[in-house]
Amino acid sequence: MKPFTFERVRTPAEAAAAAARNPGSKFIAGGTNLLDLMKLEIEAPTHVIDVSRLTLDKIESTPDGGLRIGALVRNTELAADERVRRDYGVLSRALVAGATGQLRNMATTAGNLLQRTRCPYFYDTNMPCNKRNPGSGCSAIGGFTRPLAVIGASDSCIATHPSDMAVAMRVLDATVDTVRPDGSTRAIPIADFHRLPGDQPHLDTVLTHGELITAVTLPKPIGGAHFYHKVRDRASYAFALISVAAVVQRDGTGRVALGGVAHKPWRIEAAEAEMPRGAKAVTAILLAGAKPTEDNAFKLKLVERTLAAVLADAKGAPQ
Amino acid sequence: MQRPDELEVTRRELLVAGTATVAATIVPTLGRADVPATQPAPATAPSTESKVAFTVNGKSYQLEVDTRTTLLDALREHLHLTGSKKGCDHGQCGACTVIVGGRRVLSCLSLALMHEGDSITTIEGLGTPQNLHPMQAAFIKHDGFQCGYCTPGQICSAVAMLDEVKSGIPSHATVDLTVSPKLTDTELRERMSGNICRCGAYSNIVEAITEVAGRGK
Amino acid sequence: MKFDKPATINPIDRLTVVGKGIDRIDGPLKTTGTAPYAYERHDVVPNQAYGYVLGSAIAKGRIRSFDLKAAKAAPGVIAVVTWENAGNLVKAKSKRSIAKLLAGPVIEHYHQSIALVVADTFEQARHAANLIRVEYAPEQGRFDLAAEIKNARPTGGDSGEGSTAPPVHRVGDFDKAFASAPVTLDQNYSTPDETHAMMEPHATIAAWRGDALTVWTSTQMVDWTTTDLADTLQIPKEKLRVISPYIGGGFGSKLRIRSDVLLAAVGARAAGRPVKVTLQRPLIMNNTGHRAATVQRIRIGCERDGKITAIAHDGWSGTLPGGRPETCTEQTRLLYAGPNRLITLHTAALDLPEGDSMRAPGEASGMMALEIAMDEMAEKLSMDPVLFRVANDTQVDPEKPERPFSQRHLNECLQTGAERFGWNKRNAKPGQVRDGGWLLGMGVASAFRNNLLTKSAARVRLNKRGLVTVETDMTDIGTGSYTIIAQTAAEMMGVPLDHVLVQLGDSTFPVSAGSGGQWGGNNSTAGVYAACMKLREAVAAKLGFDAADAVFEGGHVRSGDRSVPIAQAAGDSGLVAEDVIEYDPDFSKQQQQSTFGAHFVEVAVHAATGEVRVRRMLAVCSAGRILNPKAARSQVIGAMTMGVGAALMEDAVVDKRVGFFVNHDLANYEVPVHADIPHQDVIFLDNPEPRSSPMKAMGIAELGICGVAAAVANATYNATGVRVRDYPITVDKLIEGLPDIV
Repeated sequence: MKPFTFERVRTPAEAAAAAARNPGSKFIAGGTNLLDLMKLEIEAPTHVIDVSRLTLDKIESTPDGGLRIGALVRNTELAADERVRRDYGVLSRALVAGATGQLRNMATTAGNLLQRTRCPYFYDTNMPCNKRNPGSGCSAIGGFTRPLAVIGASDSCIATHPSDMAVAMRVLDATVDTVRPDGSTRAIPIADFHRLPGDQPHLDTVLTHGELITAVTLPKPIGGAHFYHKVRDRASYAFALISVAAVVQRDGTGRVALGGVAHKPWRIEAAEAEMPRGAKAVTAILLAGAKPTEDNAFKLKLVERTLAAVLADAKGAPQ
Repeated sequence: MQRPDELEVTRRELLVAGTATVAATIVPTLGRADVPATQPAPATAPSTESKVAFTVNGKSYQLEVDTRTTLLDALREHLHLTGSKKGCDHGQCGACTVIVGGRRVLSCLSLALMHEGDSITTIEGLGTPQNLHPMQAAFIKHDGFQCGYCTPGQICSAVAMLDEVKSGIPSHATVDLTVSPKLTDTELRERMSGNICRCGAYSNIVEAITEVAGRGK
Repeated sequence: MKFDKPATINPIDRLTVVGKGIDRIDGPLKTTGTAPYAYERHDVVPNQAYGYVLGSAIAKGRIRSFDLKAAKAAPGVIAVVTWENAGNLVKAKSKRSIAKLLAGPVIEHYHQSIALVVADTFEQARHAANLIRVEYAPEQGRFDLAAEIKNARPTGGDSGEGSTAPPVHRVGDFDKAFASAPVTLDQNYSTPDETHAMMEPHATIAAWRGDALTVWTSTQMVDWTTTDLADTLQIPKEKLRVISPYIGGGFGSKLRIRSDVLLAAVGARAAGRPVKVTLQRPLIMNNTGHRAATVQRIRIGCERDGKITAIAHDGWSGTLPGGRPETCTEQTRLLYAGPNRLITLHTAALDLPEGDSMRAPGEASGMMALEIAMDEMAEKLSMDPVLFRVANDTQVDPEKPERPFSQRHLNECLQTGAERFGWNKRNAKPGQVRDGGWLLGMGVASAFRNNLLTKSAARVRLNKRGLVTVETDMTDIGTGSYTIIAQTAAEMMGVPLDHVLVQLGDSTFPVSAGSGGQWGGNNSTAGVYAACMKLREAVAAKLGFDAADAVFEGGHVRSGDRSVPIAQAAGDSGLVAEDVIEYDPDFSKQQQQSTFGAHFVEVAVHAATGEVRVRRMLAVCSAGRILNPKAARSQVIGAMTMGVGAALMEDAVVDKRVGFFVNHDLANYEVPVHADIPHQDVIFLDNPEPRSSPMKAMGIAELGICGVAAAVANATYNATGVRVRDYPITVDKLIEGLPDIV
């Protein structure tokens, strides 16, 4: 870990000001991913701004019937919130499918969105990696690709986004609320928040330096039966091989997003029109143009079968 | 090593020996334990060495640490509370689990400086060989450990996990999100999955925790 | 004490303390976090500095140059040690470790240690290690076992833990018998590289006083460490003290010295103060040893009644030149009957990290293949897999029919297990049983592992208060050594368990068997038995009793009408006795000593996704006398858990371009978690073995893993109808064969 200076801030304005003063700074809250990466010097901020004491830890109802989730709401609290369990079950399910009790007690809503890839080549600093070291090349291409992306990847990067929560947020059409050092705010639709790798895989999101996530807002509940089916090698404490987040209405219509297949939570709205016709039809559109490797081609079939299981479950599920 | 005529105290001495020396960086500040954790912590001035004050097992400490020092290393290397283990240092094993403000967390993925004013409980704070916490006693009775290295983390995790169930926090094993979870075996196993035991004492650990949970009903 | 004839009735047979499921005596320390592990010894020496290891960034080649300027100038840095300034380090004569523990200029494998930075704090050392710049001259290495098989020669091999396999060994005429057998099986199987992933990383504190060195380290084998470290540093063995009272898991990873102990020693010499070093987790998988991948071909020829007439097992694995292969064919020499047999073992040279012992080296991998093959053959014969195994039992060494097994209760294990598990509810036709969205299946496998006899010494003291202290360099790696040794001494000396103090893991104590090869329990307690016999003689002599008829009981020694407190014999100066159990090979090899068991597993396979989850597990074990059923059961369930890992998830993936294990941390190399493991049942058939030792015990800790993975594989097949012969059994290998979803 490179040496850094540390400061604790009390307000978003202080946080923004501190970030503006320090071009090499990073915010820290839960720390579960940032500190992990700092130990390996994959992340090397020169200044760390502790935002964990900001009062962004509330879950509030919005005037239009949605929920505004403070950036610092811990994963445990979010998953346990009565309103989330009742109206946004897919989110609660996704949260508890991720990590462990200890990590969920630490990890924040904003931090979860900002997780970096778990590609093993990103983690090994001896290996070229465009995400870690732009322009150095991608070691994963031609290497061990079983856990990596099958769609939306580029010649520069085939990493996946590891978050479960973000997949549920995507299916719920969340927006990410931020404040920038100049005091301006914006609300970024979750669909636009994470980037595809293209030729700049080092940029995971559209955030700019010093831009602080203050909340994630969910629109009003959409009803339906909520599912988050995560497939992994061991039964818990593992990242997804693939995951399917779905909200299925009584008439068979609904929404679906995938984790573990791309550089961002993967959702193609056009595919959802096929939901009444079943998993095969949905998957054909959802994963059209997929370019898997020999080692991860199984993900295509796995997505289709997992979605099929979800749709079968939905038929018997209370709405 | 101990002489046989010291037998009665031997096992206790073995424990005490590890904490006999106190690092120069520690200034115990007894009496600060009542600082409310909710009070906003003061802003700090930028430096690569910083002060932090927190309580561990009811005792207050003020430390001056490298900004890079994790809570785990503060406990192990500065306070010589080596019960919390470093199995991976990357949040991948659970051996470093401690309880902060009533919640189990991984001390390896947390900066010491982020714990200003926090109340921390480690395995040493749960019980001692002479005065075991019920969970520690149950682990012994059910042989819920072998090499012992993941054990403090398992026990801290188990104690806090039971509280999580009581407060209705759901898990991946929770069938119905709209009702309070019950501590079934499946729930217990899922909730303890953040603590890896390579010796494979899981089946016994589950029995130990189940016994303690049943007693608390 | 020479052990050269079967044990007769002895004080252990009273079983007043031995044989009881006593709670571990180290439990209060371990559960309260007060048992001190190697890296935690703040108490032993002041002024400890921190060492941090840098691993090689290439798998093969040379270090052209180091740029150490920035590292040396970094705050807090005291010393930087590389091959250029480490002094003369010699490879230990034992050749137990293969690759150099401090590389340079030649690099033999990825993440091989090339430098140690010593600094005042851990944070400083870690960062400074990252400031070292290394210029390499990489070379092309051999990293692909499948590709190197064509170059692999029949070498045979010795695991160093009692598993030996000949290069080529024939009994009868396999080819002819196989060609004429009415029912045959010819299949290939593979097992991946696996890593120990013990929870405590390798760790050492080293302190020099003049030319004498003390290391507090985490080792399974104190004497191997003392011998090899002294050899490497070229110091007299007497100048080195090794202390290792608590070990946070080993499974074979801490049998042989690794770079933590060497670099702590040279780092402390360079820094002029004590240095502590732990291998950081992401380094361990490529820096140290692992269970090497295997490719195996098994051929079985049978009569229609299920009698095996021909059996062949060909094995291939790869390791660094000079290293030990995975002796995966060993068990096939002994497990089943059949007059015509062929065993071959080939080794390929690879430039990956060295293959090393991991829990039941040889048999664990071999049984993963053989016991699937037996399941497949049973199906071809339309025979129940339990009955097929029972039909091919042999009470004699199938290679040397004149040589019997000392005891062999495999059939009883299988039959008892079948009854207890409800095996008769298994549907022999795969893919038939459903529970909602899950497919259910049951599987069975035999368990087999040899019983190894190796000499072991101990010293026993008696003081004037009747307290007994045992000193031996034996280690407790979670196996329960502290407890069973205390039980042994208490039984032998007739004192309560709380009057026994056990001191382990110190090279100033008599040399024990150490922990490995499932030999620790039987041999170390036999050594304590021998020492206690001597102490009993000394006590009897002191009290004027005839040792032969004196009874040691309840803290007293009794003969005829006379009973004297044992403490009285000690006097003010106490009594001390030391002895070693030594096995006469001519005697112990007269009969084949092996341990047996049967594993039963029920799995559920998600019908849509192919996720396999184990629902029930049962092991039935016959392994001599069980010294402590509670601790022994824990050894078995732990081994069963590791077997589930091997079956379903463990896979150290080789990047064949670069030559390293890619998933080198505990997030990417998955081992079982709580949610993967159901309640586990273990049944012991307690069959004391008088040819094993005076304790009449045998090994148990590795028997528990042998066969487990195959039982899971067979259950998965029974559930799905998909036969996976390439471990681990993951969703990608099952999904194409799963039924359509309605």
